[in-house]
Amino acid sequence: MSNDTIGKTIGVALALCIVCSVVVSTAAVMLKPAQIANKSLDFKRNILLAAGLLEDGKSVEEQFKQITTKLVDLDTGKFTEVEEGTDKYDQRKASKDPARSKELSGDEDIAKISSRADVAKVYLVEGANGVETVILPIKGYGLWSTLYGFLALGSDFNTVVGMGFYEHAETPGLGGEVDNPNWKGLFPGKKAYKADGTVGLTVKKGPATVGSEHEVDGLSGATLTGKGVDNLIKFWLGEQGFAGFLTNLKNGEA
Amino acid sequence: MKVKELLLKPILENNPIALQILGICSALAVTSSLKVTLVMCVALTVVCAFSNLFVSLVRNHAPGNIRIIIQMTIIASLVIVVDQVLKAVAYDVSKQLSVFVGLIITNCIVMGRAEAFAMKNPPLPSFLDGIGNGFGYSALLIALGTIRELFGSGKLLGYEILPLATEGGWYVSNGMLLLPPSAFFLIGLIIWGIRAYKPDQVEEEEFKICPNTIKEA
Repeated sequence: MSNDTIGKTIGVALALCIVCSVVVSTAAVMLKPAQIANKSLDFKRNILLAAGLLEDGKSVEEQFKQITTKLVDLDTGKFTEVEEGTDKYDQRKASKDPARSKELSGDEDIAKISSRADVAKVYLVEGANGVETVILPIKGYGLWSTLYGFLALGSDFNTVVGMGFYEHAETPGLGGEVDNPNWKGLFPGKKAYKADGTVGLTVKKGPATVGSEHEVDGLSGATLTGKGVDNLIKFWLGEQGFAGFLTNLKNGEA
Repeated sequence: MKVKELLLKPILENNPIALQILGICSALAVTSSLKVTLVMCVALTVVCAFSNLFVSLVRNHAPGNIRIIIQMTIIASLVIVVDQVLKAVAYDVSKQLSVFVGLIITNCIVMGRAEAFAMKNPPLPSFLDGIGNGFGYSALLIALGTIRELFGSGKLLGYEILPLATEGGWYVSNGMLLLPPSAFFLIGLIIWGIRAYKPDQVEEEEFKICPNTIKEA
């Protein structure tokens, strides 16, 4: 039989598609558990890293036990619960669901995320004297991509403990330098808010003013990514973000 | 054809990037750090070898009018499998490679070898040809990755070789090397080098430019 008959063409195409789809789906299903484990491990590692708690050589799972996960209603600034439970709640999914998120208008949306989930997942390190560190999820648009990360504040809910991004697609070597430990090292010790309550933490274009307790050096060659980081910090520490929650936490009313 | 010839010829004499000018896109994109480059090389070599093998196995039954689709399907399936494996085994690297593993599907080297070699040759030589071309691609990428990471960020595989001035050392890094266009310049220089060494690779001019016949005032 010639290869070019209609019957053979359809037969070969069909057989090939079946074989290939079986191979692909087998691979996807068999490797899924390992992939999910990797992803959640990476996520937890970044939380620990932002809180400055990550120690090399110890297992991430073990170290993550000192962290409590809680949910916060961003409108009231108080702890809350959701139906599916704290662990299963997916803030990223919720921010895309109109019923569980708030659409942001032009001037509110400085981080360019278009909608914000009503409920946020925060991570707390609790010690003998209450909350020692609070780790807040932050996200916002940089130059090419949405940056996802964490900002950790100390027990006064004002001093930055650490900051880092776990997912972004900025230019390696330029905007990608947001991952540079030297740059991230500039954040700890800075104050998030000014005395009058407005957000102080700023990524400047160029070098920070000497002795400033709010400003962080910009990244050279990454003005727009820096601007994005600045905006998203302003957003998440502001009224639409965690400002209410942090005030409540400070007054012990969360 | 001999095994040695199949494996080694694509490295210098018939390099897929330097002579056939295929696969430039990924060569620009993934070579800013050597570790990512190495993973990409392994991924491409595996895909190229196995796609050649499978295409060659079905070559006698492939209807001519859908042969390209058959090749694409085989290549795409292999790439997805490789991508899934990377995500499960080397999560960090797969995060850095991001979209480029997926783009192996459109890498002209894989498709080119499937169509040009595997459709006409038995499975074993095709498999070896895939590996050989993977080596050719790898050789050039590793050269690029080494130069770009060493002079762009003063490191090799993440280990500091040239202490950077910004971190208290003496070496002022060349930021341009971290950007994709620098790979273009480097590939150009490498092609120049290879063709100076092997002048038979220089293509004949397609036409001669006529001398200017109009006299200018």
